[in-house]
Amino acid sequence: MNDKHHEDLQHIRSMMERSSRFISLSGISGIIAGIIALIASFIAYKLIKSNGGDYFGNKHINLLGALITKLIITSLATLVIAIFFGIYFTIQKSKKNNLTIWNSLSKKLLTSLLIPLIAGGIFCVALFYHNHLGFIAPSMLIFYGLALMNASKYTFNDVEYLGYCELVLGLAALFLVGYGLIFWAIGFGLLHIIYGFVMQKKYH
Amino acid sequence: MNVIESLNKEFESRIRLGIMSVLLVNDWVDFREMKEMLNITDGNLASHISALEKSGYVEIKKEFVGKKPKTSYRVTQSGRVAFNEHLNALEKLIKGK
Repeated sequence: MNDKHHEDLQHIRSMMERSSRFISLSGISGIIAGIIALIASFIAYKLIKSNGGDYFGNKHINLLGALITKLIITSLATLVIAIFFGIYFTIQKSKKNNLTIWNSLSKKLLTSLLIPLIAGGIFCVALFYHNHLGFIAPSMLIFYGLALMNASKYTFNDVEYLGYCELVLGLAALFLVGYGLIFWAIGFGLLHIIYGFVMQKKYH
Repeated sequence: MNVIESLNKEFESRIRLGIMSVLLVNDWVDFREMKEMLNITDGNLASHISALEKSGYVEIKKEFVGKKPKTSYRVTQSGRVAFNEHLNALEKLIKGK
């Protein structure tokens, strides 16, 4: 009899958990996003260097139109590839666990993630427009961190901790303008890879 | 009152426990999502839901989304109270032994 009650409680707990948190996020997509970000940072660094610029340091660099176009293409390609793999591995994982991917939970998760992210995106476009290029990388990290913290209530708690890390990194980068690319590579590259491995180990 | 007696007979089945657990942590949940979460058949879900509705623990909303009918469920205040009492009784039983 006691066993039955115990199982009842476990069942209740797992149903509450399953119905309020989206658990199909995959660690592998974190690792891949991280690797893509590292490659992109390296390409950006090479592009700037081959155009005679020295990215690091507070020295003002003159970014030519052609170089800016190349950098924008690189960053957009990075975004598309990372999102593609993220969605792909999430679908794989939810198929494996026999869970639907498009439900009220994933919609809530996506909205709570996207609203701060879109605000951040517009903010960065404005920085670009006003030629405050050095603040773009820190702002991306800050808004991404806030978006993760906001979305974490609908998924694993680990996402919240990743959010804190991105936020702290972004705030630190605000005071070290000129080293944005390094902070960006740590935040979007290294942290994603660490997060991916932690998730793989914890939930597999 | 005996602790065993304070267990709510309405929540004896696993499926009803599942329905109540899902509703307690969500707002309106529609039929399709509830069915997927509990992994049960249409008929099974419908009969348990209507029993819970008769007890006044669950309210049902029927509406049309486009041309498709959509049925959603939400826990009532008395359902919330009854389920919490049931949970407390379960906890006491486990701790008491």
